[in-house]
Amino acid sequence: MMRVFGPVWTAPVLLGVLTGVGLVSALLGDGVWDALSAVSLGVVVAVGGWYGLRRPAAR
Amino acid sequence: MTPKNVRRWSWIHKWSSLVSTVFMLLLCLTGLPLIYHHEIIHALGNEVEAPAMPASTPRADIDRVVAAGMAAYPGKVMMYLSQDQDEPDMWAMTLGDTPRDKNYKPLLVDARTAQLLPEPPVEGGPFMSMMFHLHVDLYAGLWGKLFLGFMGLLLIVAVVSGVVLYAPFTRKLAFGTVRHERSRRVRWLDLHNLLGIVTLVWLLVVGATGVINTWADLLLKVWQKTELAAMTAPYAGLPPVTRLGSMTQVIAAAEKTEPGMRVRYVAFPGTKFATPHHYIVFMQGTTPLTARLQKPVLVDAQTDQVVASVDLPWYMVALRVSQPLHFGDYGGQALKLLWALLDIATIVVLVTGLYLWLKRGKAAAAKPAEVRAEEAAV
Repeated sequence: MMRVFGPVWTAPVLLGVLTGVGLVSALLGDGVWDALSAVSLGVVVAVGGWYGLRRPAAR
Repeated sequence: MTPKNVRRWSWIHKWSSLVSTVFMLLLCLTGLPLIYHHEIIHALGNEVEAPAMPASTPRADIDRVVAAGMAAYPGKVMMYLSQDQDEPDMWAMTLGDTPRDKNYKPLLVDARTAQLLPEPPVEGGPFMSMMFHLHVDLYAGLWGKLFLGFMGLLLIVAVVSGVVLYAPFTRKLAFGTVRHERSRRVRWLDLHNLLGIVTLVWLLVVGATGVINTWADLLLKVWQKTELAAMTAPYAGLPPVTRLGSMTQVIAAAEKTEPGMRVRYVAFPGTKFATPHHYIVFMQGTTPLTARLQKPVLVDAQTDQVVASVDLPWYMVALRVSQPLHFGDYGGQALKLLWALLDIATIVVLVTGLYLWLKRGKAAAAKPAEVRAEEAAV
């Protein structure tokens, strides 16, 4: 993967905002709000899983 | 950041983490089954379900429900009557020798037939009960809660100091880089930084709301001693209530006062959540938020008349809102799963952090030059 995230705080701030949206939206209602929550928190977890679990390509 | 500042924040991060890590590991490990407490209790066969009946089956008079429960334990008094909005076919009751009996008896009564259902195990059975106590109070009551709350405050300090240190440690790396080609220590440092920053906001929220939850008993007491006491001042000094009125009327009066809301639970006079002279009927709304922000309706236990519908003070609102944000039980199965995954990621952060500390002793000699450089200043 290329350096999608430039400066050191870009990715953390994005992840933080996504987490905030995920935590609050499910509080506001059911249905769509739960889905929004699942997607935004899901992205955060997926980012952690992707970078944390991937192995460097065999050389 | 100057090298001096990095050292200062490293010191804060190290000690706030070290002191709290063991307890945080315990909280993460016991929290995991608690996320799925409903499913686990069900799987262990510790769940009682009301028999299936047509949805149109009329509901029994609540006085009959209460009478059925009380008949099961002659001599005991009613403490609480409650209904889960997901389980409208049964009423849960607790009875005790006194209104504050710690060895209360839980009971379930069919809401349609007013027949007793099998007795539910206390706190969902021995396993879930143990997970609950290890997570909430370490079997040490209020002091256990407050102790864990203090550990939670240290966690918040550790998270904040970790964020401060994030940039000096990762500035030269693309986001998410885990240097697999380097030593295990470097790899785990990278993993620690990555998962630490990914779980950052979630962990801050779950940590802070957990801390607020440890103050629940205290906040309740403050509310009772101030606003509730002022509201019920005319009743002070009156003899305690002996004759209890009709629960059917109490609930009807509360529902009339708060139309559109339903009864979550009724605290009987003399219990921890009521006053010596009143029932408090906690009404809940239908959205995830209003279902949590329960509205207490004060009902005179002698006359069954509503005395007041209470607006909770800000600190009780904060407590109520902080509960779902801690439990993760407000967004269905998807949210629960994400809660569990974030919990596991936190465990990895704790374990890698502990490893980094344990391996510090090898010091400069065994540390790769770039780690030394990063740690020293950057």
